[in-house]
Amino acid sequence: MNDVMGIINLSESEENVKDLTLGRNLASIHILGRYRVIDFALSNMVNAGLTNVAIFNHGKGHSLMMHLGSGKHWGLDRKKDGLFVFYPDQNPDDNNRRLGDLEYFKNHIDYLKNSTQQYVILSRSYMICNMDFKKMVKAHKATGADITIAYKKMENSVGRFMGCDTLELDTDENIIGIGKNLGKDKYYNISLEMYVLKRELLIKIIEESIQKGDARFLKEGIMNRLSSFDVKGWRFGGYLGCINNTPNYFQTNMDLLNEEAWHELFNKNGKIFTKVMDAPSTYYSEDSFISNSMIANGCIIEGTVENSIICRDVHIKKGAIVRNSIVFPNVIINETTNLSYVILDKNVVINSNKMLFGDKQNPFVIKKNMVL
Amino acid sequence: MANYKQEMVAMILAGGQGSRLREITDCIAKPAVPFGGKYRIIDFTLSNCSNSNISAVGVLTQYQPLELNTHIGIGSSWDLDKNSGGVKILQPFFDKDGGKFYQGTANAIYENMAYIDSYDPEYVLILSGDHIYKMDYQKMLTVHKTLNADLTIAVIEVPLEEASRFGLLSADENDLIFDFHEKPENPTTNLASMGIYIFNWQVLRERLIRENENEETTHDFGKDIIPKMVQEHCPVYAYRFNGYWKDVGTVESLWEANMDLINLDNELNLHDKAWRNYSVNPMSPPHYISASASVELSLVNDGCLIKGNVKYSVISTDVHIGNNSKIRKSVIMPDVIIEDDCQIEYAIVISGVRVPKGTKIIGREDLIQVYAGDKGGESHE
Repeated sequence: MNDVMGIINLSESEENVKDLTLGRNLASIHILGRYRVIDFALSNMVNAGLTNVAIFNHGKGHSLMMHLGSGKHWGLDRKKDGLFVFYPDQNPDDNNRRLGDLEYFKNHIDYLKNSTQQYVILSRSYMICNMDFKKMVKAHKATGADITIAYKKMENSVGRFMGCDTLELDTDENIIGIGKNLGKDKYYNISLEMYVLKRELLIKIIEESIQKGDARFLKEGIMNRLSSFDVKGWRFGGYLGCINNTPNYFQTNMDLLNEEAWHELFNKNGKIFTKVMDAPSTYYSEDSFISNSMIANGCIIEGTVENSIICRDVHIKKGAIVRNSIVFPNVIINETTNLSYVILDKNVVINSNKMLFGDKQNPFVIKKNMVL
Repeated sequence: MANYKQEMVAMILAGGQGSRLREITDCIAKPAVPFGGKYRIIDFTLSNCSNSNISAVGVLTQYQPLELNTHIGIGSSWDLDKNSGGVKILQPFFDKDGGKFYQGTANAIYENMAYIDSYDPEYVLILSGDHIYKMDYQKMLTVHKTLNADLTIAVIEVPLEEASRFGLLSADENDLIFDFHEKPENPTTNLASMGIYIFNWQVLRERLIRENENEETTHDFGKDIIPKMVQEHCPVYAYRFNGYWKDVGTVESLWEANMDLINLDNELNLHDKAWRNYSVNPMSPPHYISASASVELSLVNDGCLIKGNVKYSVISTDVHIGNNSKIRKSVIMPDVIIEDDCQIEYAIVISGVRVPKGTKIIGREDLIQVYAGDKGGESHE
């Protein structure tokens, strides 16, 4: 896969995950005990052998940069190519923030032009899966399509992918339309927003869209040209999680409290890489009671944990009960507390004798650094 | 070859076989033996170097070096991949006069004088790669300088009945050492050398050259260099250490040191973020504990999948424990698969083995079973 480069475009809607994106963007939300959302897209690319990966960051980038560093943990600290992180240009003469990401791609078009790879995988971070991009690129080359878009066939009763892009396909997997899922159809093809196309074509789409002024977003630019290109769908059959709102974020975490899902998402086509923190082994005391939970290193568990996801360096003290919850790093839960359906953001402290109950459809989020 | 000058260079002796660890060291060097769920023994010494801001670290390897060398790599896991200095693996080599393996601890340093000289240091810190402890070597260096010593030896009090395993010494009220014996049969003191020495490099350098010409010696620090310096009334001082320190040279002591960690108040306090014990971190997901499992008084690591029943045990990275299996008072090293209905007590299961369904491995506190599966004999009675 020396002829493929990767781009992760982070112009993602954070409107419905507001509580979790204070001081960070969607891509750097803690997820599944030890990861950040972006680790999945990034690892999938690295596992496919990509060595030139660019992240087009929008908005709050500090937390993301602390996480990514030089790209060392993904093997992307390289002399040739490696990890590139771009920020939107801030022009002091022009305080009107432009809408859309096309401008932004145009500003960094030199990076695209100077890269040597023939193909580009264009992705987002909010779709959580363990994807074999090698297969997708192979299929793209085999069909000779101009653009290949990954999709998953879903049943709407699951109710998880509202507002996501849907693909309209003919019987030969040609994409004849791209729309939005409003939950009206029984079956639908959800777009993973992962595209494979030639680098030259991507540059052409960006330049043409700006020249004609018919699109503000890269995605729009591609949609507008559906009829003039050969665009094919590529069906993905594995586990797919989607971080487009807080309940879905919660459910994606809970999906992994299952041995099969655990094996599939974390091991199927390669490991998921993340920044390593050197936390020691997790300690379970004689009073601990654990059931159906996923727990990261560095924790001290002296209480009860059921159906929950616990990130690193969390201290759950004696007599604390944590059920159906997600606990971010460095949280302290003191004695005789009772929590259910809550998401505790980083550094939260829950003092003794507190009871907090959220709802399965609407988990209760305690914001970063709060002491209750 | 010229490097930026360093005040002190650390040399870690990591070539030992550790035959008292039985099958555990059949295929790996003792410093590479997994410890505490996610570490290898040498991580403690390397982390001490890193946390003590020592930038030039030579690691002398000899016996079964593959896993050890792979583990150390370029030292990035300990922040020892430096522009100037960093970690360097030093293995026996040939030169124009032929070549041979390291003959003893002092000979190993002699053979690598060029490495030390390249940093033009004032001091050399000699360390072992097989002890479990946390220590700030800079504090020891400050004492060494204040006392104007030629050699400072870190010492710890050990129980008299175990004393004959160690190098024992006697020191006066100013900590000046007047007597030193390596592993004496009838110990009269319980002040043991921890195998941590700070030498003035020029003093040691001369002695190493002299020692090397002498055919009569074992080329060992404990047996030759140090006793001679003490006899000659050189300024050799003891540096008293009070924290946790364990020599994990036997199966029982290795097991015991693991068990020591299953206690929140243990002196090592690996949860201390100001003094992280670093290691090569595997990229494994958080561990999953199923609804059928129970885990009590244990350490568990990333990548584990636990469906059985675990008590008083250390479960290392990427271990799977099947339904209805019972683990008690045991150390399960990384990448072990324990199938259903097994019973394991007072045992160490070595890395990468599969324990078939229904296996019983039962040891005693004074005779810990080592289970090596296909990798070796089943047990030592």
